[in-house]
This record gives sequence, C-alpha cells and structure tokens, in this order.
Amino acid sequence: MSTPVITASALTKTYGDFTAVDGIDFEVAPGESFGLLGPNGAGKSTTMRMVGAVSTRTSGSLSILGLDPNNHGPDIRSQLGVVPQQDNLDQELRVRDNLLVYGRYFGLPRAVVAERADALLEFAQLTDRKKAKVDDLSGGMKRRLTIARALINEPRILLLDEPTTGLDPQARHILWDRLFRLKEQGTTLVLTTHYMDEAEQLCDRLVVVDKGRIMAEGSPASLIREYSSREVLEVRFGSDKNAEAAERMAGVGERLEVLPDRILVYSENGEAALEAVTHLGLEPITSLVRRSSLEDVFLRLTGRSLIE
Amino acid sequence: MTALDQTQRPDAARAIAAGAAPRRWGSWYIAEHRIRAMKGYAGDAIFQSLGNPLIYLFALGVGLASLVPQGVGDVTYLQFVAPALMATAAMTVTANETSYPVMMGFKWNPIFFGMNASPITGAQIVNGMMIHIALRVIVTVSIYFGVIVLFGAVPSSWGWLAIGAATLTGMAIGVVIATYTSTITEDRGQMAMLQRFGITPLFLFSGTFFPLEQLPIFLQPIGWVSPLWHGTELGRVATYGLDEPVWLTVTHVGYLATLFVVGLWATRKHFTKRLNK
Repeated sequence: MSTPVITASALTKTYGDFTAVDGIDFEVAPGESFGLLGPNGAGKSTTMRMVGAVSTRTSGSLSILGLDPNNHGPDIRSQLGVVPQQDNLDQELRVRDNLLVYGRYFGLPRAVVAERADALLEFAQLTDRKKAKVDDLSGGMKRRLTIARALINEPRILLLDEPTTGLDPQARHILWDRLFRLKEQGTTLVLTTHYMDEAEQLCDRLVVVDKGRIMAEGSPASLIREYSSREVLEVRFGSDKNAEAAERMAGVGERLEVLPDRILVYSENGEAALEAVTHLGLEPITSLVRRSSLEDVFLRLTGRSLIE
Repeated sequence: MTALDQTQRPDAARAIAAGAAPRRWGSWYIAEHRIRAMKGYAGDAIFQSLGNPLIYLFALGVGLASLVPQGVGDVTYLQFVAPALMATAAMTVTANETSYPVMMGFKWNPIFFGMNASPITGAQIVNGMMIHIALRVIVTVSIYFGVIVLFGAVPSSWGWLAIGAATLTGMAIGVVIATYTSTITEDRGQMAMLQRFGITPLFLFSGTFFPLEQLPIFLQPIGWVSPLWHGTELGRVATYGLDEPVWLTVTHVGYLATLFVVGLWATRKHFTKRLNK
C-alpha cells in the first residue's frame, strides 16, 4: 500500500462514561474508497468527525495527510470535502451562492470559485436550479448540492456520512453514479453507511463497526466469503411457528439464523437447502433464495441486524 | 496522545500551504458570507435603519418633546433623547443579529457546522459575524446620525463621535447576548424572555427618556450596570457636551470595552466547544 492518507491507531473518543469509539485502527490509501459499515450509534459519525478534524480524540493517534488534527485542524480541513449526515446548506442563500461563499472559506479567488461552481452545478445536475432557493430543492437535490459544495476545494479526501439516508431509490442511484465518477477520477472516498447495498456498490474496502469497535475488515466480497456462505435461503412459517420449524431444520445448510419473522439458512446451494427443508415435511409460507450480503456478515458478527 | 506530524511530506506541505490563507483571513470570509446573505432580508434591514429613527424621532423627539418645553438641563428634549435613541438603534440591530441567527446557525439551519468543516475555526465564525454586525451597526447609526443632525439635535461639532459610542454600545450588548445564545440547545422561548426581561427593561431604565437621577435611588443601579446607559451618556457627551466628570466618561468607555472583550472571548469559547463535539 502506498503512503496512507489516513492512519488511525488505537483511536478513542469518550463522552464522560460513554465510549463512542473504542480504540480502533485503520488505514486508508490514496484513491481508495473506504467504508465504515455499522448500525446507528456504532461510532461511525464520531470517527468521521475526528477524521474531519472537528472533534478532538480522547486518546490514540490519528494522522491525516501526515498531519495531526490536534495541531493542524485548518490545514487538514483545507484538503477535505465533507458531506455531513444532516444537510447544513445555508437556506438564506440561493443554490449557486452556497457554492460561492463556501469556496471563499478555502481562500480561493472569486473568479476560480465562480468557474468551479458552474462546473460543479453541471456535475450535480443542478445547473437549471442555480438560482433556486435551497428550501425549494428536493432531498436528493440538496444532497447533490452538498456534495458539489464539498468538492469546491478539489479535496484530496471526500468524507461522506450516511450520504443517502432519507433518499428515495431513484435519488440514491443518481447519487451513487456521481460518487462512482469521483472514485474513477481518483478521489479518496471515506463513507459511513448502514446500508449494505451502498457499501457493496461504493467501497473497495470496509470495516464493520459495532459499539465503537471494528469487528471485521476487508473488501465486501472477501467479508462475505469469510463470514457467510455463498447463498442464503429465507423461509417463513409464521412468527409463532418459526422456532419450532428451526428445531426440526437443524443440520440443513451450514448454519441457521432464527429471526423473529423468518429463518435464514446459510448454504452454498440455496435451492438444495430448500429441497432439504421440504423433505423434512415442512411447508414454508414463503421461501426465497438469494446471494449473501453484508447484512448477513453483520448478523454473523454481532448477532443483530443492521437496521433495527 | 502522540503527535506524529510529517510536515515534510508533500501532501502535508500542500495542506499547510493551503491552510495559510484561511488561517489569516477566515474571519473576513465569514463576514463576506453574512453580507451576501443579507440580500434575503435587505428590505427589513433598510427599514430598520431608516424607518425606525424617523418614527421614533417624530414620536418622541417632536411629539413628546412638545410636552417638555423646558427641555432637560441645558438642552431641548429632542437633543436629550436623540443620542439615546441612536444607542438604542445600535442595540436593536445587534440584539437581532445575535439572538435567533446564533440559535439558527447551531440548530435550525446548522451552517456553523458547515463552516467549521472547512478550514474556518469557531473563533473565526464569531469574529466574522461580529465584523458583519459591526458594519451593519455603523451603517445604521450613521444614517441615524444624519437624520438627527437634520432635526437639529446635534449642537456639538464633536457629535460624530456618537457614531463610535453607539457602535461600541451595540457591540458590547451584542457579544453579551451571543455569549448566552451560543449556549442554548433547546428552544424554550428564551429569545422572547430575553426581549421581555432583558432588552425592554434596558431600553426603559437606562436614562433613555429621562435622566437616571429621576429614578428612585434603589432603581438607579439598573442604569449603572446597563451598557445602554453608559453608551447613551457617552453619546450625550459627544452630541451636546453633557456635563459630567472626565472619570465618568472614561468609565463609560472602559465598561463598554471590557464587556465587549470579555463577551467576545466567552462567545468564541462557547462556539469552539460546541463545534468540537
């Protein structure tokens, strides 16, 4: 790996008695797309704020572009683009003005900011809305404008905290497309998400985080390989009959996971597992065979679902 | 905690170079932002700057003055009340700018967090806001000053110094309000309380409409601690040469300057702490 742009070692953040981030270690290489996957409250956003040089760590070490955020906050932030979980566009300004004022924060000349603002509005597919009030934009448009704003300083690293939370499927796909283009251009992306499909789409490598700790690390495919089977059979017998059916299904597939509403059977061959279930004389109300996902990895690692 | 800065690394050196301009000029970038945002409420701001003085001067300086034909001390009632209204106008602008906008920037439209994600620091956000507010106050009180000159309420040739006095008064009050509003996390009607039990009593009991000495002695301390009283008296020294000991004039300036410095320090501290979660 070339010289990392982010190095965290035993990184810890506590608030009184509560430990939000509990001694995590990770590195991010230039141009890499790195994700933190975990449920709400796992410590992802706190980690992002420390990497964003706006939250002082309690202990451990952290280096962004070779600099310690404790000593070089403004310098580090000059090289970052930040897309926060909660939009903080200035609603008193119009769309293009939001980019103009933000660009000035980096000390960029007005002419440079104006030129970049127009290009970024194009990139964010907002050129025809450039004079609109921020309040009049849809959720997806606001997200795209926030991303455009985060790119005004041509950042080395783009930090995205839950970039698509609250967006409808179409808006998510447009956003993913834009982020994918950035990735292709070599921008280092660091994102948090609790959506496994988002992590699978965008991340080269990710860490699974729970209760402030890293549970596993790897590419989406390698994590699935390591912690799950190739396929998963989902069967439902009705919530009062699932537990009883699961007892009879012991031995089917490699592993069973009994959830309140369904039973997951981890197997290399889902169809064969379904056949084995019906051979036992069990008749599920519904059955579904699918490929394993990061959701299954998370369930295996923590015993809990990502979205609770 | 260990610091492992590798400032010689090319990307580190580039970051340090890019951080230089915002470190130096960040406060001015924020002021620029706030001025640009004024486009949205320019009408209100102009009305406040022009309309308020005219209404107050007609109502009090001309209307009420006719009931006080003997004036106050050696000056007409209009001359007595004009510098007080000017200081009050400054207070109105700063109280507006440091109450809801501060709460908004942290909570309802959290732009301060957006600013702080760039190289801008919490202290620079406060500085920039104060630069913008000071500019607004200077424009407002300068217009006010022009109007009271036209009304014949400024007999002294040193009257223009009242612009500085009113600006200092407004800023001293503004930073004190911002010190408080920057700590509010939940809106429980504190802004209305501030207006009702802070701004309004200041306006009424700071020697604005009658000399402080007219109040019973037990109420006079309200005036002594009121920045508006100090600012008003300072304005009167400038516009008509109010006869007071030099030490008292120095006290007015010292009191207002101290409030401003301490309030600015405290507000910057609150912003920095709140942004660094």
